[in-house]
Amino acid sequence: MSILDSKIPEGPLADKWTKHKNTINLVNPANKRNIDIIVVGTGLAGGSAAASLAELGYNVKTFCYSDSPRRAHSIAAQGGINAAKNYQGDGDSSYRLFYDTVKGGDYRSREANVHRLAEVSGNIIDQCVAQGVPFARDYGGLLDNRSFGGVLVSRTFYAKGQTGQQLLLGAYSAMNRQINRGKIQPFNRHEMLDLVKVDGKARGIIARNLVTGEIERHSAHAVVLASGGYGNVFFLSTNAMGSNVMAAWRAHRRGAFFANPCYTQIHPTCIPVSGDHQSKLTLMSESLRNDGRIWVPKRKEDAEAIRAGKLKPTQLSEEERDYYLERRYPAFGNLVPRDVASRAAKERCDAGFGVNKTGEAVYLDFASAIQRYGNEKALTSGIHNPSKEEITRLGEEVVESKYGNLFQMYEKIVDENPYKTPMMIYPAVHYTMGGLWVDYNLQTTVPGCYAAGEANFSDHGANRLGASALMQGLADGYFVLPYTIGDYLSEDIRTGKIPTDTPEFDQAEKEVTDRIQKLMSGSGQHSVDFYHKKLGKIMWNKCGMSRNEQGLKEAIDEIAALREDFWKNVKVPGTPSGMNPELEKAGRVADFLELGELFAKDALHRNESCGGHFREESVEQEGLQKGEALRDDINFKYVAAWEYKGEPKDAQLHKEELVFENIELKTRSYK
Amino acid sequence: MNLTLKIWRQSDAKSQGKIVDYPISGIEGDMSFLEMLDVLNEELINKGEEPVVFDHDCREGICGACSLQINGEPHGPDRLVTTCQLHMRKFNDGDTIYIEPFRAKAFPVVKDLMVDRSSFDRIQHAGGYISVNTSGNTQDANAIPIRKENADDAMDAATCIGCGACVAACKNASAMLFTSAKVSQYALLPQGQVEATERVLAMVNQMDQEGFGNCTNTGACEIECPKGISLENIARMNREYLKASLKG
Repeated sequence: MSILDSKIPEGPLADKWTKHKNTINLVNPANKRNIDIIVVGTGLAGGSAAASLAELGYNVKTFCYSDSPRRAHSIAAQGGINAAKNYQGDGDSSYRLFYDTVKGGDYRSREANVHRLAEVSGNIIDQCVAQGVPFARDYGGLLDNRSFGGVLVSRTFYAKGQTGQQLLLGAYSAMNRQINRGKIQPFNRHEMLDLVKVDGKARGIIARNLVTGEIERHSAHAVVLASGGYGNVFFLSTNAMGSNVMAAWRAHRRGAFFANPCYTQIHPTCIPVSGDHQSKLTLMSESLRNDGRIWVPKRKEDAEAIRAGKLKPTQLSEEERDYYLERRYPAFGNLVPRDVASRAAKERCDAGFGVNKTGEAVYLDFASAIQRYGNEKALTSGIHNPSKEEITRLGEEVVESKYGNLFQMYEKIVDENPYKTPMMIYPAVHYTMGGLWVDYNLQTTVPGCYAAGEANFSDHGANRLGASALMQGLADGYFVLPYTIGDYLSEDIRTGKIPTDTPEFDQAEKEVTDRIQKLMSGSGQHSVDFYHKKLGKIMWNKCGMSRNEQGLKEAIDEIAALREDFWKNVKVPGTPSGMNPELEKAGRVADFLELGELFAKDALHRNESCGGHFREESVEQEGLQKGEALRDDINFKYVAAWEYKGEPKDAQLHKEELVFENIELKTRSYK
Repeated sequence: MNLTLKIWRQSDAKSQGKIVDYPISGIEGDMSFLEMLDVLNEELINKGEEPVVFDHDCREGICGACSLQINGEPHGPDRLVTTCQLHMRKFNDGDTIYIEPFRAKAFPVVKDLMVDRSSFDRIQHAGGYISVNTSGNTQDANAIPIRKENADDAMDAATCIGCGACVAACKNASAMLFTSAKVSQYALLPQGQVEATERVLAMVNQMDQEGFGNCTNTGACEIECPKGISLENIARMNREYLKASLKG
C-alpha cells in the first residue's frame, strides 16, 4: 500500500467535485479574519488564489520576485485558454475536454482531477469576461474560438496572441481590488528561500527582500506555492530569465514529494537558436499551426543548398517539399500534439533536412493560408476577378489580424519577413508537467503546504495540451483552492497568530543565512551562468527530446560532479546586503543542480515512452505505428513521487497507482 | 562590432550616480541589447567587478520588466519594441551608446539601471479593477454581446505592459498614457461601466499623488510606447474624467 493518499472522493466521476464541495468543512467568515495565508508566486495560479482567498476574508500575503505581480511569466502565454463551452456547437462537452486532456497526457494523469478541471473550465471564461478581459469577439459581438493541437473541436478562447497577458492582468486586477481593501499585503521583489514547519505543518516561510537583502520571517496558517515550472533547468527555455524551482525545491527538501520531474514539454514552434550568446528562447504560439504548414525540403541537396544560402525556400515547388506532419499523421496533420510535432521536427533535422545555419530548424509556411484567406476575403468583399497581388494583399491582412503581433516579434528577432518567406522554427523547452505531488485538495505531502498551477504535477499527465496551462492555473486558483484549503483551515480557527520568534524560525533562518554565506565564499573561478549553461547542455543533450539509459546514467554523474564544482568554485560578486542579482541566480542554479539530477533519475527509472518522455528503448517495432512512442501500462501506470533523502541519488520513490475507471487506455494515435 | 558603452552606475537609491565608460567588443547583430549587457556583465564578473544591474525577465517583450533609456530614448532607437527585443543590428561598429535608467520623480533608482515603478502598481490599486467576486457564479460569458469594434479597442488599450516608457519619454514625466489605457479598457466594456465614475477619479487622484506630471499633449509617449498604445486613450480618459467630475 502506497503512503500516498490522493483523497479522491467516492462516487461517479461527474459527481465527485460537487459532492466533495458539499461535504468538506467550511470556515465561518468571522474566523477567516483570524487566519493568515501565504501565497508564493503571483502568476495565474497564485494571483487568482490570492485574490479569491482574500475575497473570502482570509489575510493574504503574496510574494513574488518581480517588481510587480503583473510581470509573472503567465503573461507570456500567447495562444489561448480552453473551455468546454461548446459555443461553436461542434460537439464539445466537459466530458470531451476531460477525455482529450487525459488522452493528450498519455494516460498519466488522475481522472478525478482532470474531470474537475474540465467541469470548471466554462466558469473561468464567465469569470474573466465579468472582470473585463477583452477576449476576441466576432461581428455578432459573441466570443470567438480557435482550435488547438491534439483535439477535434474549437474550444480555445483568445485575446489576440496575448491571452496569458490579459488573463494575468485580470487576476492582477482582482488582486488590486483586495490590496486596496487591505486584505492582500503584497511583498514584491521578495524571494522565498525556505519553508518553515512547526509540528510537521507548514507555518511560514523565510524570504529575502531583494532590494535590501534583509532576511525576513513570515508566518501563516497555510502556505500556497504557485511558483511555476522548472524549465530553466535547461538554461535555454521559453521561461522568463528569473523563473526558478526554488520555492518548490525548498518545500521538497522539507518533505513535499516531487512528482514526475522528467515530464517536460518541448514546444514545437519556437524561434531557433542563433548563437552561443543566446539567453533565452522565444515561443511562437501553437495557434500558428492552425494556418501554417510545416515542411522541410524533400531532397537533402536542397536542404544543404538552403543552409549554405544558395537557395531560397520560396524557390522550391510543392513537389519538392516534404510536409512531414501531413505525411505521417494524415488525421491531425499540422495539429498533432506538441510532443509528437517536436519529435518529428527533431527526426527530420537529425536526418539532415534542417534549414538554418545550425541545421536545427524547419519551416512554418503561411503561403497557402494567405491565398486561402485572400480568396475568401475577396469573395465576401464582393471583389470579382481579383488579381494575384490583390488576393495576396487581402490574405496578408487577414493573417495579420490573427497573428500580427507574433509575426512582428518574429521579424524583430530573425530579421526576415514571415509574410514573404516561411518562418523557421525548432522545438524548445516550454513547460514542465512534473512538480510537487498534491492530493485532490492540492495539498502536498507537507500538511498545510499547497501547490497550484504549473508548480504541481496534477492535471496534464505526461504531456500538456495547448491552451490548457492557463485553464489549470486559473481553475486551481479561482475555483479549487478556495474550497479545499478551507477544509484544512477549519481546524485552525483556535490556533491564533503563528509567532515567528520560535526555534523553528530561528533554525530555518540560520540555514538560509549559512547557505548564502556558503554561496558567497566559493573560490571564484566561474560565474553562475557558466555553471547554468553547462547544466543546460547536459540536460538538453541527455534528458531532452529523446532519452536513453546510457545518456541518463552519464547525466546523473555529470550533474553531481558539476554541483560539487559549483559549490567549491562559483563566483558571486558583491555582498549579501542590498540588491545582488548574481546572488539570486546562484541560489536558483544551486537548486537546479539538485533538481536536474533527480530529473535524470526519474527519466532513467521510467523505462517507457509516454507523452513528453521519450525513451529510445521503448518504441513500436512494427505495423502502422512503427517508430512511434511505446507506452508500458503494465509496469508504469503510476505517478512517481520522490521523497527527499539528502543527495538526489538517494531520493526514495513512492508510487501512486493511476486508476482509470472511465477511460479505456489506448495507444495514442494521431495517424 | 566594437562599441563604447556609457552606463549609469549608482549603488543604491541614496547614493550619487555617475556615467562610467565600458568598451566592449565581439558584439554580433543577432544579439539582443540585453544579451549584449550579459556579455559585459560576464566580463565584469570575471574581472572581479560588480555587474551592471538592470530589470529584465521574460525577454520576449511582454512582461514589461525591462526598461533603459538608450541614447536618450526609452527602449532605444527601434519602434514598437522593448529593450529585450531590440537587436544589436540596429547599431553600427564604433558606436557610442548611452545607457541610463528611466528618469522620473515617481521612478526612483533602485540600483544602476533599475528603477522602482511601484507607483504604477498603486495607481492600479486605486481603481484598476472591476468589483466582481471570483465565485464563478457570474452570468454566462456570452450573455452580453459586445460590439467587435469596442472589444478590439479595449484589447488595444489593455495591451499596455506597464513598462513606464511613456513616463520616461515625457518631458513632464506624465503617466497619462499608462493610466488612460486601463481607464479606457474598462470604459469600452459594459462590465466596466458600473464603476466608471469612481474609477477614473480614484486613478487620476493616485496618479497625481505619486508625483507624475501633467499632460501637455506632446505625443512623445505614443511614439515611444513599445505596444503602440494610442493617444486616443488619453482623450477618452479626459472625457471620462470630465463626465465623472460633473457627476461628482
